[in-house]
Amino acid sequence: MEKGRYGIFGGQYISETLMNELIHLEEQYEYYKKDKAFNEELQTLFNEYAGRPSLLYYAEKMTKDLGGAKIYLKREDLNHTGSHKINNVLGQVLLAKKMGKTRVIAETGAGQHGVATATAAALLGMECEVFMGKEDTDRQALNVYRMELLGAKVHTVTSGTMTLKDAVSETMREWTNRVADTHYVLGSVMGPHPFPMIVRDYQSVISKEAKEQILEKEGKLPAAVVACVGGGSNAMGMFYNFIEDKDVALIGCEAAGKGVDTQLHAATMAKGSLGIFHGMKSYFCQDDQGQIAPVYSISAGLDYPGIGPEHAYLHDTGRAQYVPVTDDEAVDAFEYLARTEGIICAIESAHAVAHVRKIAGSMSKDESIIICLSGRGDKDVAAIARYKGVDIHE
Amino acid sequence: MSKIGKAFEQGKAFIPFITAGDPCADKTVEFILEMERAGADLIEIGIPFSDPTAEGVVIQDANIRALKAGITTDGVFDIVRQVREKTQIPIVFLTYVNPVYHYGYDAFFKKCQELGVDGIISPDLPFEEKREIQETAKKYGVDIVSLIAPTSAARIQMIAKEAEGYIYVVSSMGVTGVRTQITTDIRAIVAEIRKVTDVPCAIGFGISTPEQAKDMADKSDGAIVGSAIVRIIAKYGMDAAPYVYEYVKSMKDAIR
Repeated sequence: MEKGRYGIFGGQYISETLMNELIHLEEQYEYYKKDKAFNEELQTLFNEYAGRPSLLYYAEKMTKDLGGAKIYLKREDLNHTGSHKINNVLGQVLLAKKMGKTRVIAETGAGQHGVATATAAALLGMECEVFMGKEDTDRQALNVYRMELLGAKVHTVTSGTMTLKDAVSETMREWTNRVADTHYVLGSVMGPHPFPMIVRDYQSVISKEAKEQILEKEGKLPAAVVACVGGGSNAMGMFYNFIEDKDVALIGCEAAGKGVDTQLHAATMAKGSLGIFHGMKSYFCQDDQGQIAPVYSISAGLDYPGIGPEHAYLHDTGRAQYVPVTDDEAVDAFEYLARTEGIICAIESAHAVAHVRKIAGSMSKDESIIICLSGRGDKDVAAIARYKGVDIHE
Repeated sequence: MSKIGKAFEQGKAFIPFITAGDPCADKTVEFILEMERAGADLIEIGIPFSDPTAEGVVIQDANIRALKAGITTDGVFDIVRQVREKTQIPIVFLTYVNPVYHYGYDAFFKKCQELGVDGIISPDLPFEEKREIQETAKKYGVDIVSLIAPTSAARIQMIAKEAEGYIYVVSSMGVTGVRTQITTDIRAIVAEIRKVTDVPCAIGFGISTPEQAKDMADKSDGAIVGSAIVRIIAKYGMDAAPYVYEYVKSMKDAIR
């Protein structure tokens, strides 16, 4: 496949001002990828700081309740900072430091990526600024404060729909403004090449571990791995080392919001069309003029109108399957997992749990499914309470 | 060769930019004709996009106003059709690639040819992605205007060698918008370009005063001004025509 492309998807549709920086980033990434000291340092950060490897937990009660395939949870929620985001961030911030950068900037939706970036910046001694849509600073106020505690400056983005998409646009603008000392820690497998590749590679630790763990526990590969998809970083991490194992179904769960037949969803695969935006050719929710559509999900982390180019490729080649999951189904699954397994997961991850509830029962008890539990749900408790009409005071 | 060359035949060129459909399509036609009357040599017409990642807040807001007022890609073509009834001034579209991709490259460039749109600038199509539209644009005789940035360095010659129409030299880091100072060594960039091509160079990003325009035009073949004009339109709305005329005239007079 052509460099930076996944079939027809991907590319570098970005302003000339950033091109040399992207070329430089790719060179440096390739260099350090082969650098033993870098990899040892990153592995140490993963193990000693982030708490890797993350557990592969057998959800016995959930398995019994659903009555079919064995359910395993890849516990990315137990990582330091509470989600899979730390994997990519430790890689990128360490890389940025090696590149001589002194400042990192990042977009964030739910705040998980912003918190992870602020954390890595604090640890590695970098200046950090995070861009977050006003919708999200409102619904994830705790994460804003968390980032500030970690020494980051949080910019509230009031342009466009004031969500993740606009946060990405604003971070790109800031990067064109100041590129010499600044690295943009892109949070998902999206944007211009080399980001989809870099983020995927750092996140692929999820499936690398999961594969070893499931082989140890089950003696065979799972029938399916399931993950939620916004931009698609935890899903890409969960899928990557299983792509060549054709018998393992790869299932991405996208946010159907109030339903794919309403205007209120973020279901890019189900409802989107081909386009070019945010540096990549991929699928996007857009109107008949090629204007990017406002999207909606209860989950700020999935509230993005596009999807990473490698997912678009896996979709078009039929290797992975993408299914929509509504707000209601996700909230049900959020509560279900809490009551069944005593795990409060992120509302993003609950989309994957919801789909597994639909499919596990019809599968054989000899088979297994791994759900990527991408994050923990503390950040969502207040929003879920509001959704359920419960009046609580934080 | 397109009509773009004409814009640079009578001394330094003044190139105003306007967002199509802000505040409405009819006014865009009127403003373009006023700009020509005031001495503009070439008009850049921005096709609105919901998420213009290379624009500062002034042009972002203009995009939102135009889209809210209901502009479509066909609506932009209709603006050009009306302008073309009155003048043959060179016209270049500035557009993010997605609306063009969505319209269909062939249909889009065919229409450009029919209506006499001379070139296209796409801020999200760098050299490496130009092939996306290259063949189709060529087929219909539409020039691809390339951007060169303060960070382009060794890329300058690579881009300049294939340049068509004119080269849009980005004066500063960051996004579009008025700046009090332009610190990039424009002369050095233009000299680098001159080693490989005679295609005219116009400087854009951050220019708002006649002094800046003169300074930039002295160092190149022309000055491009967007945000300062869009700001006038934002301020005076439907009544902006005389203010746009006065402003463009003062800028053109300064660089003559």
